[in-house]
Amino acid sequence: MEPFTTLRSRTVVLPAANIDTDQIIPARFLTTTTRTGLGKNLFADWRYEESGAPRADFALNRPAARACQILVAGRNFGCGSSREHAPWALLDYGLRAVVSTQIADIFRSNALKNALLPVVVDESTSNWLIANPGAEITLDVAAGTLTLPSGVSAQFPLEAFARHCLLHGVDELGYLLTRADEIAAYEARA
Amino acid sequence: MARAPQTLFEKVWRAHEVSPESAATPAVLYIDLHLIHEVTSPQAFALLRERGLPVRRPERALATMDHSTPTLTAQVFGGAPIAIDSAARQVRTLEANCREFGVELLGLTHAQRGIVHVIGPELGLTQPGKTIVCGDSHTSTHGALGALAFGIGTTEVAHVLATQCLLQRKPGTLAVNVHGRLREGVTAKDLILAIIGRLGIAGGTGHVIEYRGETIRALDMDERLTVCNMSIEAGARAGMIAPDETTFAYLAGRPRAPQGAAFERALDAWRQLPTDAGARFDREVDFDAAAIEPMITYGTNPGMVIPIGGFIPERADDAAFGQALAYMGLTPGAAIKDQPVNVVFVGSCTNARLSDLRSAAAVLRGRHVAPGITMLVVPGSQEVKRQAEAEGLHQVFLDAGAQWRESGCSMCLGMNGDLVGAGQYAISTSNRNFEGRQGKGARTLLASPITAAASAVRGRVTDPRELT
Ligand code: SF4
Repeated sequence: MEPFTTLRSRTVVLPAANIDTDQIIPARFLTTTTRTGLGKNLFADWRYEESGAPRADFALNRPAARACQILVAGRNFGCGSSREHAPWALLDYGLRAVVSTQIADIFRSNALKNALLPVVVDESTSNWLIANPGAEITLDVAAGTLTLPSGVSAQFPLEAFARHCLLHGVDELGYLLTRADEIAAYEARA
Repeated sequence: MARAPQTLFEKVWRAHEVSPESAATPAVLYIDLHLIHEVTSPQAFALLRERGLPVRRPERALATMDHSTPTLTAQVFGGAPIAIDSAARQVRTLEANCREFGVELLGLTHAQRGIVHVIGPELGLTQPGKTIVCGDSHTSTHGALGALAFGIGTTEVAHVLATQCLLQRKPGTLAVNVHGRLREGVTAKDLILAIIGRLGIAGGTGHVIEYRGETIRALDMDERLTVCNMSIEAGARAGMIAPDETTFAYLAGRPRAPQGAAFERALDAWRQLPTDAGARFDREVDFDAAAIEPMITYGTNPGMVIPIGGFIPERADDAAFGQALAYMGLTPGAAIKDQPVNVVFVGSCTNARLSDLRSAAAVLRGRHVAPGITMLVVPGSQEVKRQAEAEGLHQVFLDAGAQWRESGCSMCLGMNGDLVGAGQYAISTSNRNFEGRQGKGARTLLASPITAAASAVRGRVTDPRELT
């Protein structure tokens, strides 16, 4: 994995609460055997007309959104299924971080495995971000801060090991494999 | 020295720590049983292949196919090709991966195939005190037998394949205490819908729920599985119920449960698992079972739920709520009862075990599905299908005008060809009513098997107590 230290980008905003994984990537697109190519179907049912034409009023279809690497969403983002296709689709579209006041457990875990940064902020920061789409903000992984254009920063929590893996590009599978002796010892005593 | 009282969760967690968590690192948690299906595993096997890694303990894994798998007999048993090419490719990919990596597969035509969360308990593989994972969020189901069972993503599927372990931070504990008796016509599905309605769909985030109290103790195993299944719908990673005589009787004699003297030894260990008196939970919530009515959802997440005789809430100032109702085509303040439906689905890992089919059949016996209604009854496993047929339940469904299918996830999620049309209303015994879950534009009302069956007869949302 590439190290993830800081990210400065404009935001694209989906204010809805409880955006579930069936919205992020509907089930009919899960009959794939690879991780790639899911970006075109990200939020498919919100993003496209019946005809397949992009809906001009959907935030991710606006020309400015293409350069945005940070998605700001309402409370409880990523609830629902364990499909890792959800972070894969967000990444394939070009997003690298999701900001919400609450992020569902399995989605958060899946996001971190793929260096998609889950950022949980307080209500007032979130409200400001939702009210100001396209704001340019900075995420700092080492400091755990989200900095608004005003220069005001909000802290976001990041589990210590996840932070370490992001900053150094550590891959968790590689790390687990270094623990093979302990695993064997456990198996011997269990 | 006396050991501090522990919860069921803590006992199972501690027994599986290869190394405990520290401030800097998560725990390395050993996994006893890894269930695999066709949708969330291809990229995990690919990762192993890329890195030249074997499966560390293939005998601790079991694969089956259910999600993208068709339910039409001809497509399952080879009279016709699988209609969706990409689904066919996924099925073939799982077969090839299991062969290459030495993982046992209960494949398309296997007599023990079924929805992954139905077959684990049914085979007796799901056991008290085990850690169980699967690349599927409804792995929480298995907690009904006192296992710690939770859903993981595909990268973690690869972790477990390669190391039999996961890196995990210890979650919090939430006790859901349920007292009193469920009333006539009120099922385990109604109970869990009522719990989700109160906790909210993020109410359990970061926690493992233990369902406790005499109401839970009185549930049979199928009912407990229904309750634990939907723990994830309250945002919880897992749901657990302490093992007891109901659990032991359920497991005795199952093909993959310990047998004979080994079963007796296992019992001794299982009896140590229940939460000790005086153990502390991070949070506790109490429910009065006697106050619960048959429940039904009206919105686009499982927390948007009301008693079947109730009225759709009005929240003029909540835009998201308004959008959900617009998607559903329902009116704030209106009754949900008598809402016409187009499709009725009895199936899924929530409610497709034998007792669910029996209760739906009891409503349908001697009755007919209303004109214009499509009803699908999809058993949770091929074993459930066989047992149901042995009792003649399939004939009840067929005589009533319903379709009777091979087992699988079917209409629970729109990826295997079983779909609800855009704008149609489906009353469904599954667990998610998200936008598009059952097909693009589909409108899902979640309810119990008896509510679904009663609504099929009338062609509109019906309180099952009116039809007995
Ligand atoms: S029946 Fe539905 S919820 Fe259960 S495993 Fe299948 S798709 Fe998931």
